[in-house]
Amino acid sequence: MNEVMKGRVYKFGDNINTDVIYPGKYLSITTDREEMAKHCFETVYPEFLEKANKGDIIVAGKNFGCGSSREQAATCLKYFGISAIVAESFARIFYRNAINLGLPVIVAPNVSKKIRDNDTIEIDLQSGIIRNMKNNETITATPLPQFILRIISDGGLIPYLKKKLGIEE
Amino acid sequence: MTIAEKILAKASGKETVSPGEIVMAQVDVAMSHENADVVLRSFRDIGVREVWDSTKIVILFDHRIPAESEKTAITHKRLREFVREQGIKYFYDLKEGICHQILPEFGHCRPGEVLVGTDSHTTTHGAFGTFATGIGATEMAGVWATGELWLRVPESIKIRVSGSFRDYVSAKDLILSIIGHLGADGANYQAVEFHGETIRSLSIASRMVLSNLSMEMGAKVAFVMPDEKTVSYVKGTTDKIFEVIQPDENAQYVHELDIDVTDLESQIACPHSVDNVKNVRDVEGIKIHQALIGSCTNGRLEDLATAAQILEGNRVHPDVRLLIIPASKRIYLEAIKKGYIETFVKAGGIILNPGCGPCLGAHQGLLAPEEVCVATTNRNFKGRMGSPESFIYLASPATVAFSAIRGEIATPKAP
Repeated sequence: MNEVMKGRVYKFGDNINTDVIYPGKYLSITTDREEMAKHCFETVYPEFLEKANKGDIIVAGKNFGCGSSREQAATCLKYFGISAIVAESFARIFYRNAINLGLPVIVAPNVSKKIRDNDTIEIDLQSGIIRNMKNNETITATPLPQFILRIISDGGLIPYLKKKLGIEE
Repeated sequence: MTIAEKILAKASGKETVSPGEIVMAQVDVAMSHENADVVLRSFRDIGVREVWDSTKIVILFDHRIPAESEKTAITHKRLREFVREQGIKYFYDLKEGICHQILPEFGHCRPGEVLVGTDSHTTTHGAFGTFATGIGATEMAGVWATGELWLRVPESIKIRVSGSFRDYVSAKDLILSIIGHLGADGANYQAVEFHGETIRSLSIASRMVLSNLSMEMGAKVAFVMPDEKTVSYVKGTTDKIFEVIQPDENAQYVHELDIDVTDLESQIACPHSVDNVKNVRDVEGIKIHQALIGSCTNGRLEDLATAAQILEGNRVHPDVRLLIIPASKRIYLEAIKKGYIETFVKAGGIILNPGCGPCLGAHQGLLAPEEVCVATTNRNFKGRMGSPESFIYLASPATVAFSAIRGEIATPKAP
């Protein structure tokens, strides 16, 4: 995976929960990931499906992904085409799910004050440096532990485990 | 070491561990409900033929039972086939009840062990001194394949509780008050330990309320210190040998909190977040349309007993739909024997089958725009139980039962 990524910012506030990201009424969708992607934020922020683009980076406040363990919340964003999520903090299960699916999640203090909706940012996953292309300001994110970076760079937990268990593609 | 550190050290074969360290832990129990279907898809993708241990995986149905859609019916069918294919020993089909009640009833919660579940409220089982935490579906597929999981050793918070509850004030009010104080991310990534005389005096069911709702402040695990009550309960459910693990005297905590419940009033979490907690007294008079008693938080026998005592000889307000969901078949049967179910039906309540009911917004009592529901459940997020223009308040079984009679949010009081 590319360890430097660039994208337009789509912003959210604090405590964005997984019911809001992926409504409970669609939990019966268990295997069709493209179908999950059609329902991101549908009930509470329906404009997301209109305004967000493939490759966008979500920037949020604290506790992004709190609530239910539903993996669909991370899956729908990945299959919608969100390339990374930067937040001041994440709820733990969402954070694990995103890593396991190979969707980069980056913790950066005060990020929601320094980056605006529609800015374009560049993230270096190795160093944790986030550059705002609009004003060239940089923010240093908490670097990902090597163990987690390895799972992300393998493309998620499944390819990582296949490699570890010696299972051929 | 704290209890979390000691269990993780044991599960990862180390002498000691410290917060922040990532360990590979051996899993003792791996539970999934309908989302086992999501796990299964990832398990097939890994390409392992057989699960690591068919006696350590628990699969059951509770979220959408009986199937609310053809999609769910297919999920149930596919999982029954998988259970047969792999010889999964512990499978509970849709007649048993909610996962967080079935696990302890059938002896899967044991002190000192690591229990993971693809459900965020898996923290409930910390009430037995178990390192119990919610995980995602893909990593559960990894557990099915290998029996192990990476876990970051959490920092721990110690909460000491003293004093006796007032009438109609219970564990639900205590934990809501703690969440209101610490916030929705107040224990994020951390282990909570509940200590003190008040906690020791609580029933197993009440202890489970504390561990269950600790998830709503972000806790990774939430332990009630195991004691003779715990050991006696667990021994009544399993023959398996277990080791009770207690924290060391000199364990390190990032935060210590002392709470006296003597003056605690009935609490309520207001829309749309669980940490928006107030005294019920401050929101009295809000008209309600639905009242719900049940869920993995408060659908146990003592909750139904409290509700039955309040509803006995009373009528549910004509503008209110009172839904009651016993957490398991066993609880349902006990409630029938004790006459609670008759009391509910006579009062105008509707009994639903043991399961998650409308809590997560899939079926069985969803809300229209502008409607208000007061529930004993654990989440009041915008749109969770139906319309994004509806309002969910979370409170104790006593508050919900009392409010159902009054037709508005009301503080439970003796008649």
